[in-house]
Amino acid sequence: MTEFLQQLINGLAFGSILALIALGYTMVYGILRFINFAHGDVFMLGAFAGFYLAPKIARVLPTPSIGSGLAVLFAAMLICAAIGVVIERFAYRPLRGRPKLTVLITAIGVSLFLEYTGQFVFGAAPKSFPRLIPDYPIAHVGGLSVTSDQIIVLSVTGLLLVALRFIVLKTKIGMAMRALSFNPEAAALMGVNTDIVISFTFALGSALAAAAGILFAINYPAIDPLMGILPGLKAFVAAVLGGIGNLPGAVLGGLIIGVTEAFVSGYISSTYRDAIAFGVLILILLVKPSGLLGKKEVEKV
Amino acid sequence: MLELRNLTASYGAITALHGISLSVPPGRIVTLIGANGAGKTTTLKAISGLLRARRGEILYDGKNIAGLPTHQIVKLGLSHVPEGRMIFVNLTVMENLQMGAYLQKDRQAIQRELDYVFATFPRLQERRQQIAGTLSGGEQQMLAIGRALMSKPKFLMLDEPSLGLAPLLVKTIFEKIIEINRQQGITILLVEQNANLALEVSHSGYVLETGKITLQGDSAALRRNPQVRSAYLGG
Ligand SMILES: Nc1ncnc2c1ncn2[C@@H]1O[C@H](COP(=O)(O)OP(=O)(O)OP(=O)(O)O)[C@@H](O)[C@H]1O
Ligand SMILES: [Mg+2]
Repeated sequence: MTEFLQQLINGLAFGSILALIALGYTMVYGILRFINFAHGDVFMLGAFAGFYLAPKIARVLPTPSIGSGLAVLFAAMLICAAIGVVIERFAYRPLRGRPKLTVLITAIGVSLFLEYTGQFVFGAAPKSFPRLIPDYPIAHVGGLSVTSDQIIVLSVTGLLLVALRFIVLKTKIGMAMRALSFNPEAAALMGVNTDIVISFTFALGSALAAAAGILFAINYPAIDPLMGILPGLKAFVAAVLGGIGNLPGAVLGGLIIGVTEAFVSGYISSTYRDAIAFGVLILILLVKPSGLLGKKEVEKV
Repeated sequence: MLELRNLTASYGAITALHGISLSVPPGRIVTLIGANGAGKTTTLKAISGLLRARRGEILYDGKNIAGLPTHQIVKLGLSHVPEGRMIFVNLTVMENLQMGAYLQKDRQAIQRELDYVFATFPRLQERRQQIAGTLSGGEQQMLAIGRALMSKPKFLMLDEPSLGLAPLLVKTIFEKIIEINRQQGITILLVEQNANLALEVSHSGYVLETGKITLQGDSAALRRNPQVRSAYLGG
């Protein structure tokens, strides 16, 4: 039982990180109907933004502390939001209305560009991520060990999800996002500047990816320019699993993959861990091709 | 209010409008009739900027708006109820109406418009929390018109408001259209398959055939015109 709970908590922590990344894939898909394959690299940039910001923030705020941790988190989110807007503006917007394959190949190009530029600028060797938040001792109840870092991951994710839900459901721009994802022409007829809403969507998705990058680096403190590839791929799988275009689906998909991975590596063998996401995906798509919470409309990328 | 001069529009290699000219004076209802595929929807799309005009001018209040993005045209007080309604099926009735008022900042003005829309279409008020996709066809048409009114337009374009509605409901919708024109002073460009009804409610009309204006004039005169009678009014 303890072992079970332990794996569940480990899985939920990693799953929340995947969920945050998956939201960006699914939001962009919902609005532009394309998969932004560079999204995993924005996650990587989030971690590196944190890496370079941490010493600067340490000069003004006591570090490690909750305050400095949050400051690094928000600053990295802002930086990546800007990066996301720039990527959309210069790589994707000129291709609007072009065949999907063109945009898809461009996205892969942007991804490779970010990875190689990352290796060039940051260096290819892994860097150790500084401790932003003190490692609070958490009571070990009956052999169960929950780290404070895991609690931070879960609570930050929870807060971000509440904030996202508020933005999407209760604000004007959120309503415009939903309207646009249903019908861009009709949204334009309401006076919505679709370019601004698309930029905003990229900003939002990239900020969440940055948060995921920081949370990931807090838990697995070795970061390198290729660190976005695998989590990015798994998060993409999570988004498809939950039903691409569906926000709660992305979260659900992320958590399912995180938890399944934890159970498989805990009970069976960690050798298979990275293949799990894909196994789960195939299994669920066989039963429900549009994903767990997806609607019928299926569009191939 | 609105004047088209020699407007040409095309979809890729297919030219759908071959230099049409028409004029909609302020305060009037002008109708555009024509067979399927004549280019009526294309004309409205070109005016609201959903389709870029190839050539020609679109003068709105004397200003050429050809080439402006849709959201800027809408800001000038133009509202377009598109063919097939295009309501946001995933949003509630209320959210659809709020989307209509997207450019309005003044809360009191929005509330006034909302009151007017609910007074015009009481059915929408009863269903305001309902997901718009679950409304009946007629209710969706009411919502599409109501949503367009929320922006407090000066100029309203309606693309086949009678499509797919039962005769009684068509009558109601057309009564509302006249009311909107008379009471609110909104200028209307009406596209209709139902030529009889369209010519009845409008002041003047244009007949469009394969992308060209072939007839124009007072609605009353058009109704008497033998060509119009045989082609569009069933003899
Ligand atoms: N998206 C499109 N791509 C290519 N051709 C189009 C497109 N939309 C319309 N057309 C063509 O342009 C012409 C005019 O179409 P339009 O929709 O304006 O007709 P309409 O008068 O509104 O007809 P209806 O009464 O059936 O709605 C038609 O020949 C149509 O096939
Ligand atoms: Mg039409």
